[in-house]
Amino acid sequence: MIKKNLVIIGGGPAGLAAAKSAYDSGERDIVILERENVLGGILNQCIHNGFGLHTFKEELTGPEYASRYIAEVEKRGIEYKLETTVLNVTDKKVVTAVNEKDGLLKYKAKAVIMACGCRERPRGGINVAGSRCAGIFSAGTAQKLINIDGYMPGKEVVILGSGDIGLIMARRMTFEGAKVKAVVELMPYSSGLNRNIVQCIKDFDIPLLFSHTVVDIKGEGRVSSVVIAKVDENLQPIMSTAQEIKCDTILLSIGLLPENELAKTASVELSPVTGGAVVDENMMTSVDGIFECGNVLHVHDLVDFVSMESEDAGRSAAEYIKRKGSPKRDYVAIKGEGGVRYVVPQYLSKSDKLDKLQLKMRVNNVYKDKRLTVLADGEEIYSRKKQIVTPGEMESVVLNADAIAKAQKADSITVTLKGE
Amino acid sequence: MKKIIVIGGGVIGCSVARELCRYEAEVTVLERFNDVSSGTTKANSGIVHAGFDATTGTLKAKFNMLGNAMFDKLSKELDFPFKRNGAFVLCFDKEDLPSLRELYDRGVRNGVEDIFLLTPDEVHAIEPAITENIVGALYAKTSGIVSPYEMAIAYAENAAVNGCNFLLNKKVVGLEQKDGDWEVKTEDGSVYGADIVINCAGVHADEINNLVCDKKLTIIPRKGEYMLYDKTCGYLTSTTIFQMPSKMGKGILVAPTTHGNIITGPTAKDVDNKEDLYTTVDGLNEVYDKARKSVPSLNKKFVITQFSGIRAHCTEGDFVIGESDKKGFYNVAGIESPGLTSAPAIAVYVAEDIASMLELKKKKSFVSKRKAIPHFAMMSDSEREKLIKENPLYGKVICRCEVVTEGEIVDAINRPIGATTVDGVKRRTRAGMGRCQSGFCLERVMEILARELGIDFETVVKNESGKYIVYRKEKK
Repeated sequence: MIKKNLVIIGGGPAGLAAAKSAYDSGERDIVILERENVLGGILNQCIHNGFGLHTFKEELTGPEYASRYIAEVEKRGIEYKLETTVLNVTDKKVVTAVNEKDGLLKYKAKAVIMACGCRERPRGGINVAGSRCAGIFSAGTAQKLINIDGYMPGKEVVILGSGDIGLIMARRMTFEGAKVKAVVELMPYSSGLNRNIVQCIKDFDIPLLFSHTVVDIKGEGRVSSVVIAKVDENLQPIMSTAQEIKCDTILLSIGLLPENELAKTASVELSPVTGGAVVDENMMTSVDGIFECGNVLHVHDLVDFVSMESEDAGRSAAEYIKRKGSPKRDYVAIKGEGGVRYVVPQYLSKSDKLDKLQLKMRVNNVYKDKRLTVLADGEEIYSRKKQIVTPGEMESVVLNADAIAKAQKADSITVTLKGE
Repeated sequence: MKKIIVIGGGVIGCSVARELCRYEAEVTVLERFNDVSSGTTKANSGIVHAGFDATTGTLKAKFNMLGNAMFDKLSKELDFPFKRNGAFVLCFDKEDLPSLRELYDRGVRNGVEDIFLLTPDEVHAIEPAITENIVGALYAKTSGIVSPYEMAIAYAENAAVNGCNFLLNKKVVGLEQKDGDWEVKTEDGSVYGADIVINCAGVHADEINNLVCDKKLTIIPRKGEYMLYDKTCGYLTSTTIFQMPSKMGKGILVAPTTHGNIITGPTAKDVDNKEDLYTTVDGLNEVYDKARKSVPSLNKKFVITQFSGIRAHCTEGDFVIGESDKKGFYNVAGIESPGLTSAPAIAVYVAEDIASMLELKKKKSFVSKRKAIPHFAMMSDSEREKLIKENPLYGKVICRCEVVTEGEIVDAINRPIGATTVDGVKRRTRAGMGRCQSGFCLERVMEILARELGIDFETVVKNESGKYIVYRKEKK
């Protein structure tokens, strides 16, 4: 058993930022466990630009953004292990990992930060009927094949779902000479960022069909066509509108799911809405000393916000280790209402003195001309006008010390959308 | 030495071949796909039936009972996943209670032991996830679950080690008898000679039979669609839950798999095309709704994949086993449920029958044991450490969802009848069978396949030969 103050699971943007920040908060005994053969996580395959506008005030590619954080980790001499897969985490913070060189590794940690990211929802998750032949990929798999391995997943493509990776891949496949015949979205709106709809779809005249879905996949051995149809208000396909599109490839961009299998082994309480842990303002989960940040906690649109959140988690974990645990605290729950699907963190401690508190949230539909409002026992403690909010764009509010003090005295905090 | 050709490398062909390897003979399996276990065997419920369903006196009843009893020993000998988990047949309507009683009586008549008629309270005491809306149930403790493709692969590997010759991508298109010997022609133009030909061609067994026999057979492809749930739902039931059977089959079941998922299905729909493995909107809806009739807490949200399989429903109504009206042409046809359960017993019967026909002697060198690929995910930490010391590749996790290591994948490729496709690796190691459904490991499995087989990355296939997964980028 190796004693370690802080074990960080995952060396992607969340793990790197958490490590840097924990170090800068005084913690020196840190190890990052990364399953791939390089640090940087999914950023390594995101070779498009648009990263870092908030963090670095410039537009970087994914690998560039990652390399800046990797450099910070290297500069501080923080230990990391590559090609090392964590198998199990207990609620006593024993982390079991494995790699070729060391064999089984067992760490007894004082604190653990889970920064394991998310995975793509597979075809099975939405019950698309039809053939199970080759040529059906999740968008992220296709991205890796093209950008890392240098192979094309196909030549004529239909993309199901308009998540960000799907939109990015529509452009990427087009650049590489493939024909993207349609992007098909079940909902009447996209779950991706508006800038991606403009830059990846509209700029390339790719048909984006809202309120449509795939009802059949045809192909013997390899995809030969898909059948799509409009859906009614209950999202059920209207078969009279079915049309067949010839293609050899289907990419799925139908949602990202926080990868919380390890959190489960540690009995961390999970939110059925986010799929991530339930955390307090320190990003600490229901298990004392286990923290979560980044896409394993809730799926973000921008890596900049992942970094910010993870720096909070790193700082909190360092504090936790310094204080040899957390004091007994009372909490007030923070809930979303009136169109707000979820809020992270879900709990605020009633006693800790805080200068500012960032709440992150997503809405469940497209709303126009609303006020994003925070209520403490029904009293408005924050409100901001929003011309438009969409499920594809994460919203956040920052409460100041006054508002926090009010919130901490309340029995309930709700975040809601109010009409103008 | 006498030459025996087995047509078909499903669980029947593989088990028959393995049992024949006990004798001094040259055994060859001709399989039309690029892997064994590629037809009905790879997509079915994986149930080892207790034996109360089949009509007393039929071959189905006989081999079901004999086969069921063999699984404990056989699964250890050939090292494939099997568990005797017990099964319920739920009765939802008082009017059906007499039929349930009939099922029980038939079970007793067939010789099924540990079979009971239970009240709803007794049922819920054993399996609380079962719906409240039942009036009673049959409970059979001897029912089991097995991983069907792993069982067939285990048989095939053991047969291969004992000298059986497996020829893949060999679709049989012609059969001729010349001077008492058989000539088997395959699509690629090859001809193979044999003293005896055994037809284990599954859904295509009628076509093979009808090439030579006067008595024609008709096999109706009967499609069954399935939905598979994430392992996090595995706690829902540890027993197999059937509903009252109908003339189309045993209905929609809910059962654990040997790997801890929950399987639901199958539908039963006769189709025109024997290769029609499409899932359908109606079929999947039926599976979902009917499975929830048994276990209401099943939630679509946790489904990780859907698939369908084709049963070889023979109009004869029973298994067709024995020498046909042409000397030396032997049928093992119409092996639908309880075919998987019956396979071990059918194989022994057929091998003994053929051995006496050809007066074959027992082989002294027969190796009856086969060791499975080490299953890292299921090991204790000390076993894992030992294994990694022997071979560090077992320390490199490739499939994160099912925790499959590179060592296992390399083993799967390099064993006898090794994997040559992504799906072949999947069936042998479970890489890609988890909740992300190969999103993360597809490309890494392809890399390992390319490296171990010495082929180009872009020529790696998912399943069917020639149907590629990726293309090489064109240089601009």
